[in-house]
Amino acid sequence: MDIFLQQLINGLTLGSIYALVALGYTMVYGILGLINFAHGEVVMIGALSSLTIIRPLADSGLPGPVVVLIGLFFAVLVCMALGFTVERVAYRPLRNAPRLAPLITAIGVSIVLQQLAMLIWGRSYHSVPALLPSGTHEVLGATFTEVQVIIVVVAAVTMMGLVLLVNRTRLGRAMRATAENPAIAGLMGVDANRIISLTFVIGSALAALAGVLVSANYGIAHYNMGFILGLKAFTAAVLGGIGNLAGAMVGGVLLGVIEALGAGYIGDLTGGVLGSHYQDVFAFFVLIGVLIFRPSGLMGEKVSERA
Amino acid sequence: MTENHKSWLGMALIGFVLAIAPIVVGASLGNAWVRVLDFAALYIMLALGLNIVVGFAGLLDLGYIAFYAVGAYLYALLSSPHFGIHWPFWAVLPLGAMVAGMFGVLLGAPTLRLRGDYLAIVTLGFGEIIRIFLNNLNSPINITNGPKGIARIDPITLFGHPLSKSIDFAGITFTGVMLNYYLFVVLALGIVFVGIRLQDSRIGRAWVAIREDEVAAKACGINTRNIKLLAFAMGATFGGVSGGLFASFQEFVSPESFGLLESIMVLCMVVLGGMGHIPGVILGGLLLTILPEAFRQGAGPIQQAMFGEVLLDPEALRMLLFGMALIAVMLYRPAGLWPESRHRREMAK
Amino acid sequence: MPINAKTLSIAVAAALIAVGCSKKEEAAPTAAAPAPAPEPMLVVKLGHSAPLTGPQSHIGKDNENGARMAVDDTNAAQVKIGGQTLKLVLQGEDDQADPKQGILVAQKFVDGKVNAVIGHLNSGTTIPASKVYFDAGIPQVSPSATNPTYTHQGFKTAFRVMANDIQQGKVLGAYAGNQLAAKTVAVIDDKTAYGEGLATEFKKAAVAAGVKVVAEEHTDDKAVDFKAILTKIKGKKPDLIFYGGMDPQAAPMAMQMKQLGVSSKFLMGDGGCTTEFVKNAGEAAEGAYCSLPGIPYEAMPGGPAFIERFKAKYGDIQLYAPYAYDAVMVVVEAIKRAQSAEPAKILAELPNTDYQGVTTNIMFDENGDLKDGAISLYIAKGGKWEALETVGGAAPPAAPSAPAQKM
Repeated sequence: MDIFLQQLINGLTLGSIYALVALGYTMVYGILGLINFAHGEVVMIGALSSLTIIRPLADSGLPGPVVVLIGLFFAVLVCMALGFTVERVAYRPLRNAPRLAPLITAIGVSIVLQQLAMLIWGRSYHSVPALLPSGTHEVLGATFTEVQVIIVVVAAVTMMGLVLLVNRTRLGRAMRATAENPAIAGLMGVDANRIISLTFVIGSALAALAGVLVSANYGIAHYNMGFILGLKAFTAAVLGGIGNLAGAMVGGVLLGVIEALGAGYIGDLTGGVLGSHYQDVFAFFVLIGVLIFRPSGLMGEKVSERA
Repeated sequence: MTENHKSWLGMALIGFVLAIAPIVVGASLGNAWVRVLDFAALYIMLALGLNIVVGFAGLLDLGYIAFYAVGAYLYALLSSPHFGIHWPFWAVLPLGAMVAGMFGVLLGAPTLRLRGDYLAIVTLGFGEIIRIFLNNLNSPINITNGPKGIARIDPITLFGHPLSKSIDFAGITFTGVMLNYYLFVVLALGIVFVGIRLQDSRIGRAWVAIREDEVAAKACGINTRNIKLLAFAMGATFGGVSGGLFASFQEFVSPESFGLLESIMVLCMVVLGGMGHIPGVILGGLLLTILPEAFRQGAGPIQQAMFGEVLLDPEALRMLLFGMALIAVMLYRPAGLWPESRHRREMAK
Repeated sequence: MPINAKTLSIAVAAALIAVGCSKKEEAAPTAAAPAPAPEPMLVVKLGHSAPLTGPQSHIGKDNENGARMAVDDTNAAQVKIGGQTLKLVLQGEDDQADPKQGILVAQKFVDGKVNAVIGHLNSGTTIPASKVYFDAGIPQVSPSATNPTYTHQGFKTAFRVMANDIQQGKVLGAYAGNQLAAKTVAVIDDKTAYGEGLATEFKKAAVAAGVKVVAEEHTDDKAVDFKAILTKIKGKKPDLIFYGGMDPQAAPMAMQMKQLGVSSKFLMGDGGCTTEFVKNAGEAAEGAYCSLPGIPYEAMPGGPAFIERFKAKYGDIQLYAPYAYDAVMVVVEAIKRAQSAEPAKILAELPNTDYQGVTTNIMFDENGDLKDGAISLYIAKGGKWEALETVGGAAPPAAPSAPAQKM
């Protein structure tokens, strides 16, 4: 029982990380219908740029969480600027281009960001000083750290905040209108370009937040960390129904739990034939299964046909 | 009459250039560049296969490399010391194509209802599943030899001569990479021919109809299910053939060669060149194989020449330039470098 | 103004060129004065291949730096080969840890007529590339590929200056059973040619030493979250956890073991035996064990000096730089003995290698593997790897490395 509970906790944390990154994917997708493949790299830039600030401040005597907040603030600024630039340079000119054109620029941006990060921060792995409360607690034989609690709470709060933003504010209404039809939204006095820029900026700020938390959780950051994370988050977003904020959360957590339970139990259930090396296979099988029965994800609405 | 003459002349010219390319390149730039040309031919075959799925039928496939992997591994298993089986290539290649085609249907069937990005992620998952299985099927029973890969695969043998060995003919030494080049080019031309015939056929028009509007296509009496499955199967078949060639050429396969990045690369070739347009796709395949190599060669020396020292890490710069090239091409030619005239019309309006 | 700026820059450029030229002119006579006849140079090209982009690029660059230092040292030493001064030129290439690129790089080396190849880093690229070198008759010395297959394909051109997985796995397995007194062990690997190979050999040796394998888990070389498999392992309460893989995974794994309260000992092979591991895992690294082929540098003649010089030039040693250094030196020694840099002559001399390197005393067996390679075990203490003991290649009576074994 304690093992099962531990696996659930593991899955929940991992899932919340996926969810945090997936929220950024889903926001951009919701408004533009664009898979921003470079989102994972923005998370990476967030992690590394926060580290640039955190490292020298770590021994300054400031309380740890304050240092992390300063680092986070810096990372958010960097990522917002980055998100704004990337949208301007690589996506906006292609707003009316064939559907796959922005996908290719996204891949290009992803490569460029990775190589830039390698030039700036070097090839080695960076250790992240443990500044957030790192105490371990035990419940029914399962342990969890305070960083894990922070991650789960931040992911949930962020998701709820975004839902409120989209559904309850003027900006949110403008976002929904733009997502529905940018041209008509324009006629109603919504500056679609500004709204799309803003969405990117908010999504990138979320990426910075995710980057800081991910690196704090694993204690390690590297210029290559974004790609796989982005891929998993993208999977989570689709699982939940891409474009749907609550779906990103549900998809993320579900994916995390599937991975944890898959790695933890399928090996024993199949007599060791399928072990933890098939962890990703389970995840993708569940995804395919879900999509066969619900072609637009768990919480997604029926997608309109985009040609 | 003159038109006809012209096209024959053009073809003869292309044929001539293709025939002497490896000799010239081999003599001036070395065999490594001939090898790059071989890969260009291989990737062009792959890209043409994916073009059927993505370009003609409009189904976004991010796991295309899986079929390449299936073809490659089938060849490796049936033609290497791993199981001690040494079947000739004319038996293994068609078999690889068939099995890959079956995998294509296997992937296509459950995903018929999915569209756009949902299809993309499922195909991506499919590609990863195949790779993970290839990596893991060395226990409990050793089938694929796992991450170590399968080495010492038999090269293709034509007229009793293994293509990996060089041959002297008419005073020129044709190295293994050159011989493989000729084989690949001939097969690539075959695939181009099939592609062109398909495009102009009833099936090709049905694919385009589905791509443009699936509901309308259905209303016009097109059996969208079968036609989509056919697209997956055809694309996969081409992938399987190129996979087999890859295995025989490298004489080594391992799961690392079939990652997601490879799928993305092939997709980039199709989109960058011009989706649905065969000459465009060929151009895309050629460029994306040669560019990274050219950057690799040039990144260090050019800096040296311009600034007197190597300021930026040449390896980082190489990939940086490559990423920027992807972005720049798409910005200036959103429909691809050499788009289909139908697309061009759309862009013009 | 613009014209001014332009003329100014032209003037500066001209001045620079003038200075450059005059310097050259100055240099020529001074060089000519002490040595009347300018020495003829014997230019020898060495190829070096490792991943310089991607997740393992830090280790790849480290290898290249090690090789580069050896090249610089050799050039500074003014070695005479048949009346000519040996001048090594290193051609460093990026194989991206991808077999396809690996073969392409190999082809490039063959085209460029390199005299010998140092590399590649990964077993996954070294093995397919070895065929190309074999066909071309070019000697290949890998500083870090450990998969046994590499030297067991019957290629007379393949050598390595690093213990293979069988040699290292054997020592590790025995160490787990005897010195660490483990009764039960959980084995994790990263499903790469290296990690899985080492884990398999470790398992065999551990079972032979009477250790029971209670869990076998797998991850991959891009993962960062190991809590699921660690939780499962925790339930089986093994005395020891063995990881076959590299440090980018090993460091977070150690941290997560601590977070989950796993109290088993942690043992790794050479892939985790890095300064990065202790640096990144921090406190969680304490008490971890690892093995590294060769003898601790501190115990090697010239070892500490090597570390100092490397640090001054390139920063901390990541992992295999000393092995890459030795790999180059082994080739240089062969060139010296052969008094020729022709690949065939080097090849003929390589099996006779008996070279006191930075890592160990290097001799090759009939396959091109390290003969009686010593393997040293380390423990992480106070943020550093501390040498525990050297399990000399079975410490046979004739072991020439015996004197160096005392620490």
